[in-house]
Amino acid sequence: MRNDDKLIRISNDPKFVELVSRRGRFAWILSIIMLVAYYGFILLIAFDPSFLGTPVSDGSITTFGIPVGMAIIFLSFILTGIYVVRANNEFDELNKEIVEEYSK
Amino acid sequence: MRKIFYSVGFSLLGQIAFAADAIEGQVERQPVNITAIAMFLLFVVGTLFITYWAAKRTISAKDFYAAGGNITGFQNGLAISGDYMSAASFLGISALVFASGFDGLIYSIGFLVGWPIILFLIAERLRNLGKYTFADVATYRLQQKPIRTLSAISSLMVVLIYLIAQMVGAGKLIQLLFGLDYSYAVTGVGVLMILYVTFGGMLATTWVQIIKAILLLSGASFMAFMVLRMYGFSFEELFNAAVNVHKNGAAIMAPGGFISSPIDAISLGLALMLGTAGLPHILMRFFTVSDAKEARKSVLYATGFIGYFYILTFVIGFGAIVLVSTNTEFLDPSGGILGGNNMSAVHLAKAVGGDVFLGFISAVAFATILAVVSGLTLAGASAVSHDLYANVLKDGQSDERNEIRVSKMTTIVLGFVAVGLGILFEKQNIAYMVGLAFAIAASANFPVLFLSMYWRGLTTRGALFGGAIGLFISVLLVILGPIVWVDILGNSNPIFPSVYPAVYSITLAFVATWFFSVTDKSSSVKDEKAKFERQFVRSMTGIGIDGPSSH
Repeated sequence: MRNDDKLIRISNDPKFVELVSRRGRFAWILSIIMLVAYYGFILLIAFDPSFLGTPVSDGSITTFGIPVGMAIIFLSFILTGIYVVRANNEFDELNKEIVEEYSK
Repeated sequence: MRKIFYSVGFSLLGQIAFAADAIEGQVERQPVNITAIAMFLLFVVGTLFITYWAAKRTISAKDFYAAGGNITGFQNGLAISGDYMSAASFLGISALVFASGFDGLIYSIGFLVGWPIILFLIAERLRNLGKYTFADVATYRLQQKPIRTLSAISSLMVVLIYLIAQMVGAGKLIQLLFGLDYSYAVTGVGVLMILYVTFGGMLATTWVQIIKAILLLSGASFMAFMVLRMYGFSFEELFNAAVNVHKNGAAIMAPGGFISSPIDAISLGLALMLGTAGLPHILMRFFTVSDAKEARKSVLYATGFIGYFYILTFVIGFGAIVLVSTNTEFLDPSGGILGGNNMSAVHLAKAVGGDVFLGFISAVAFATILAVVSGLTLAGASAVSHDLYANVLKDGQSDERNEIRVSKMTTIVLGFVAVGLGILFEKQNIAYMVGLAFAIAASANFPVLFLSMYWRGLTTRGALFGGAIGLFISVLLVILGPIVWVDILGNSNPIFPSVYPAVYSITLAFVATWFFSVTDKSSSVKDEKAKFERQFVRSMTGIGIDGPSSH
């Protein structure tokens, strides 16, 4: 049970509370950006398909749909990258401090 | 009008949408292709050698289920993409682009966007709480027996349905590419998969996935490179050439009939996103890395590889429009593609790289199926041995050796069942199967997994009812929907009008879980809620995590 008591004490530690709120907020913001981008794209297709079929410039074959679609693929990768860099450095640093403090 | 909508609905939504993940319809047997068989045999010998190597390193249960937890984030990212990029999605998505251009891109984006969400909301908690199966997470504070039984049942259903789709696809593809008889092809896949999983466990399965992912990505890169080179690496030139020869002309550059109703579109998006986060064979991959840091890296690499792969299939589809549809060598007398649209990427392989490269791509497609079915089977076997046998039947007191033995026996049984079902379903319409697997995963597994991590108020009763209702409703709505009720059972009108039940079944599952939790008056509730604090700290910090084995 000692390990369990330690977990309860950590849950009240201000550092832990800070880690949870910072990482949580960051994760939700990125999730919302991703969801808005994807569902915005889907709803655009459903309600105004002609926009994505408009050529990017006069006389071009490429339509807006191509760069917009590609942008969502890149956005997925970029957002995961941003999260991983911050979580694996800043947040894990903070996490390590907490774990070490309580492993004494 | 309604009739027209449904027939369009079938071809565009029903069949293409999820059938892009399953090879469809009658195929013609091709002449025996020696290069393809030689290259495939090379792959088999290589992977059996790896299995032999892995077998010597697979001693404990941790080794068997999770490759000892020693896979790196990069390797796991490749293996996840290997799991995710099935042969049918390679052939199916490029066929979709080939047939309707831009719509193919919409479809592949839906398959990709679930990954960032999995990373932000699920990956690290999953790794910190779980051991071998996702039920480990849900039962951290809920009662073992009911929850494990439920999740084992829904996992097995997802695995079996997905296996049928893969097996039927495998049989047809091999018949088409290698000129082998359907039943031999299906049996061959079954035998190899049993060998990989029983002897090499997760370690062999992981390396089979990694090798296959590298082969598939290299092959597809080469094809896209050759296509783009013809047009001076200008997308505009490629699109221009495609628009000039495609029967739909400039319409292929705009959204077509793929998304006709917003509610269907949202439902499909939810099924793809939350279904990915509830597929047992995908979730299991997160336990093969040592900690949350590596789990996050796995998703980053997987997202990169999968996104890159979808861009390649888009280029390949356009390449097929200009190089395959204009070349009589690849057309039947009526002007259709030899072997059907799903073969457009394979024909393109021949057009850009000749017979040797055609053999290579055929072998890669076969290897891809093997890798996917191995991962599925291992996930199904763990649901039986780790959840049902060790934790329900033996109260968590079983000997590791016995648990592994049960897992291996289950693998063999699943192998036989998969071959049997594959043969049984040869002539059946399997268009709904991958969709059904995603719907069950999203409606039965995901709500329980997600709420067990995020909601203190979740109780055993709530999880049990919510998961069971999600499972039941998703299956029911697929049966009553246009594909099964009308197309297969021959009724004139579907009882449930949409091919995408996910938005309803997921919502119902969440509401039921909530309702049966808050009205739960059983004595265990207080204890389950009290354990949430500890579970939360562990899920956030990784204290007490089931770490890697050291040998």
